[in-house]
Amino acid sequence: MSFKKLNYMKYRKLFFTVSTILVILGIVSLFIFKMNLGIDFSSGTRVDIQGKHALSIDKLTDTVESLGYEAERPTLAGNNNNFASVTLNKVLNQDQINQLQQKIQKDMGYKPTVSTVSPAVGRELAKNAFWAVIISSIFIIIYVWIRFEFLQGLTAVIALLHDAFFIITIFSLLHIEVNAVFIAALLTIIGYSINDTIVTFDRVRENVKLKKGKLTSFEDYKEIVNKSIQQTIVRSINTVLTVLIPVIALLIFGSPSIRTFTIAMFIGLIAGVYSSIFIAAPLWAVMKFKHDQRQKKKKVRPQQS
Amino acid sequence: MVKKGRIVSFFVILVIVAAIIGFTIKPLLHNVKLGLDLQGGFEVLYEVHAINENGQVSKATPSKGTLQDAVSTIRHRIDALGVNEPQVTIEGKDHIRVQLAGVKDQAKARKLLSTTANLSFRDVDNKLMMDGSELKPGSAKVGFDQANQPMVTMKLKDANKFAKVTKEILDKGAPNNKLVIWLDWKKGMTYAKEATKEKPDPAFISAPSVNEVIDSKDVQITGNFSVDEAKELSELLNAGALPVDMKEIYSTSVGAQFGQDALYDTVLAGAIGIAAIFLFMLLFYRFGGFIAAVSLAIYLWLVIAVFVGLQVVLTLPGIAALILGVGMAVDANIITLERIKDEIRTGKSILSAYKSGNKRSFSTILDANLTTLLAAIVMFVYGTSSVKGFAVLLIVSIVITFIASVFLSRLFLSLWVKSRVLDKKPRLFGVKESDIDEL
Repeated sequence: MSFKKLNYMKYRKLFFTVSTILVILGIVSLFIFKMNLGIDFSSGTRVDIQGKHALSIDKLTDTVESLGYEAERPTLAGNNNNFASVTLNKVLNQDQINQLQQKIQKDMGYKPTVSTVSPAVGRELAKNAFWAVIISSIFIIIYVWIRFEFLQGLTAVIALLHDAFFIITIFSLLHIEVNAVFIAALLTIIGYSINDTIVTFDRVRENVKLKKGKLTSFEDYKEIVNKSIQQTIVRSINTVLTVLIPVIALLIFGSPSIRTFTIAMFIGLIAGVYSSIFIAAPLWAVMKFKHDQRQKKKKVRPQQS
Repeated sequence: MVKKGRIVSFFVILVIVAAIIGFTIKPLLHNVKLGLDLQGGFEVLYEVHAINENGQVSKATPSKGTLQDAVSTIRHRIDALGVNEPQVTIEGKDHIRVQLAGVKDQAKARKLLSTTANLSFRDVDNKLMMDGSELKPGSAKVGFDQANQPMVTMKLKDANKFAKVTKEILDKGAPNNKLVIWLDWKKGMTYAKEATKEKPDPAFISAPSVNEVIDSKDVQITGNFSVDEAKELSELLNAGALPVDMKEIYSTSVGAQFGQDALYDTVLAGAIGIAAIFLFMLLFYRFGGFIAAVSLAIYLWLVIAVFVGLQVVLTLPGIAALILGVGMAVDANIITLERIKDEIRTGKSILSAYKSGNKRSFSTILDANLTTLLAAIVMFVYGTSSVKGFAVLLIVSIVITFIASVFLSRLFLSLWVKSRVLDKKPRLFGVKESDIDEL
């Protein structure tokens, strides 16, 4: 296995730079392209139809507009374009929904799924998601702090925020619509990313114990991290493959209504394995070495005086 | 020396487990509760405000009692619809979420839910004479008048009250001797304005003329009903008035076909994905992969059984969580098997490699699962609706993953390892002889 012989620490500066550039790119993209927020986060009405055969998006748009609404974001999806959706920026009421559903059923042969969201609900969802990420990050740092050490908790959370932000960046760049399920995907990736990082740190913890007291030069830290990654790399790749397999199956065969979820999972899984190997562990080595140097200086000084 | 007993016990366990799964899987799958995104139905989030006696909507946050009363009335009305397993939950301070899966006439259901069903009897000047609180609870029935027209009959708590009301109306003299019966009268509605409209437009139900004092507990409401309309009205009245204003702030309604297609697609994708995982595990970890596949199958069955037991509603993101749970279950197996491989490569015997591999991988698996569990719990607390459902599934899968991939896999593998059949066969774990360090 060639993976087991690679020097993962050697190119750490390159990977740190790549990730920093990606984060900057993400921030710029959020300013320029923003997020393509679905009605779940703002307000309005969404109309989805799924047919057995290819659908005509123009027909759906026309049908919706024939009732006097403005159809926005017409989208065709599905393996043979059998999934179509439009959104209206107006929140329809009960009677209007009934009328719309009947009209579409009559004109297109399928009863649509109609969702409405009022502005207050959309804001609440975004707010809750934000707090969910922050609070789970804090809990994870505390847990890793107790079981491992603070710096590993910190770098693990840096890695997971990196992954979450990477998904947001790709969604912003490609202008993929974000809905409520996207939040679930984001939170799952946080779970996975931490899972991956923990497995690597677990080895680091073990290897540090084996080398007890002999960590002096930066070379030693590099060696520990390299060895730990080499020992866990096959597991990391195999695990991400076994999770990627069902995600790819869901992307190809799954219902288009969870496509946002699967795309986010797909991007996040790859980011997760990358960040555990190339960001979290090397970053820990750099931070830990500097931290230990400082500790030593503190200890040395009182003795000299 | 080969201990055959352990291999026999492995196969006995395997046969028993296979039989249990084989016999129970069908009834279990039938009892899995499908969410409305998988079988059609609708979900509405209402913002609830109390309505005071004058028919004005109060802006203040409703009291807990008001919300609970509203939920119980909504439940009664849903019973009238005959929907299985409705979910009515209070969310936050002034929200009620109603989820009805598999409801056929969504339009009717939605209308039925949000009406206040506040019956009032007024004079032609809209002065309140009597309201629904005077009625005997649960007494509304469908009846037929002399012309065989459907009507709704009810009983009053007090006959004197009705006599008093009818006397007062009678004294007004024609054409003002009308008792106007309203459902959901709101401030600003007047008889004079509504009376000029043709049915079904008038907002009141009917306005019969009172020609004599009626000294009876029985009240009849006729109003050009169809049988269905009369039935609906009587059910509404029996379920009780809902003295609150409910504004829809979020709604989603899924067509039945749409839901079935989503279910089919997702289950198909899941089956393909899981089959591919099994294949991958067999190729990469050989015998260990086979054991992992067996415990994965048991994991899947356990998850379904727990869902049915806990009455968890399976939604589309839920299926995704289930399939991803398989990935996590595999991960625990991979961590253990990789460890065992490492130990074999250092030159240890299969038995001692198995023992130390198990021991060393346990804390890794524990830490990895606990951190994911933390994230899932936070999701459950902060998520709403679909995110919450996803979190429940994730929590269930993490717990079962831990049981299946740690205890079951280990039990199975230990039976084989301890039988010593696998001794000196590192290839069965996917380790080449040439990779083993010579000591």
